[in-house]
Amino acid sequence: MVTVQNDTIQDTSKEKILSILQEVCDPEIPVLSILDLGIVRDIRISGDQVEVIITPTYSGCPAMDAISFDIKLKMIEYGYKNLLVTSVLSPAWTTGWMTEAGKEKLKAYGIAPPNPTQIVCDTRLFAESEAIQCPRCNSYHTQLISQFGSTACKALYQCQYCKEPFDYFKCH
Amino acid sequence: MENLSLTIDKKFDIDKSLPAKTQKDRESFVLHLADTNLILAQRNAEWCGHGPILEQDIAITNISLDLLGQARNFYQYAAQIKGNGATEDLLAYLRGEREFKNGLIVELPRGDWAHSILRQFFCSAYFYLLYEHLQKSEDEHLSAIAEKAIKEVTYHLKWSSEWVIRLGDGTPESNTRMKKATDDLWMYTGEFFVAEDYETLIIGEGIMPLLKEAWLVKVKDIFGEATLTIPNDTYMQTGGKRGIHTEHLGFILAEMQYLQKTYPGAQW
Repeated sequence: MVTVQNDTIQDTSKEKILSILQEVCDPEIPVLSILDLGIVRDIRISGDQVEVIITPTYSGCPAMDAISFDIKLKMIEYGYKNLLVTSVLSPAWTTGWMTEAGKEKLKAYGIAPPNPTQIVCDTRLFAESEAIQCPRCNSYHTQLISQFGSTACKALYQCQYCKEPFDYFKCH
Repeated sequence: MENLSLTIDKKFDIDKSLPAKTQKDRESFVLHLADTNLILAQRNAEWCGHGPILEQDIAITNISLDLLGQARNFYQYAAQIKGNGATEDLLAYLRGEREFKNGLIVELPRGDWAHSILRQFFCSAYFYLLYEHLQKSEDEHLSAIAEKAIKEVTYHLKWSSEWVIRLGDGTPESNTRMKKATDDLWMYTGEFFVAEDYETLIIGEGIMPLLKEAWLVKVKDIFGEATLTIPNDTYMQTGGKRGIHTEHLGFILAEMQYLQKTYPGAQW
């Protein structure tokens, strides 16, 4: 459906809206779009109203309001006016929803992407530390420094080979 | 474009067809979880800038942030049930001490590192089991909050368990401190499992004894590795879940609520 309003063309198709949301980035990790992160769960279009449904990465993620703000500003920029951002908790976000492209961007940015196997999520104590690859020198000879890093979604590691400390986007 | 709010617009749709009595119990139950998480988050946040080492300072304040996020989810849900213009902020900032329904254990002063670690372990072990159960709740909002929270609590439980073992089975000094923390905190753990009517109605009859059994298994397991002993049957203090608190809650609320009570409606 195409409507013309105040010289602005509003193409209310999901594809068009997705391409706009691709420009909205995570405020903490600006190399990732919210689509790369996998937090956009759905887009509902009814008449001229567009509803974007997002899910938080963490219950206390302080970026959610900033992301909602950025989604609306970006959509307004493209001429959309009747906007809703809805947050849903279930199904709970998992790092499995992060796109492969997103994982590569994370690594290039210096943050080790979440491992596909989620063994660190189990409750075993002092579990064999998962092999996390250093995003700088690719060595697997790395050591966990702290389960909680610069933000709740990351853990702190150090590479034993190149000695660089780095963040690991932990599985969730 | 007037009235366009830039924040998140919608989170919970409440089934208004539930009978009023059920709604009231649901509200009390959700507020109990909100208050417990909020006060524990504040107590842990007192470590900000005071942790034993930088990484653990960051860890415990990250746990605080998770707990605060969970508290917000519960407050937002409670505000929706309550209606009449209630908001998460009004519930957190303008309710009095007797209206708070948190368990007593979370309002106790933070004490030393051993005390804070042990309290976090007791609470995380309880929340892990409770959320496991609530995930299956017929109340889709409670189950969604629990489904989200349990992933975070898993990390808290693992982190606090490892610290209980590290300190209990550590130096004579750390062992002494863990024993003292155990003696100080144990009498407040019974309250988890003494169900108020509002809890029984929401989580179901006969569930609390099962949670207690599973919780004890977990605690014994970790205490065994930590070379600590569970105290013999002692008197268990209760009251927080029905608004009867220790003298410590008033002080933390006074500090936390000061601004909203002095400048009602202030926003920043």
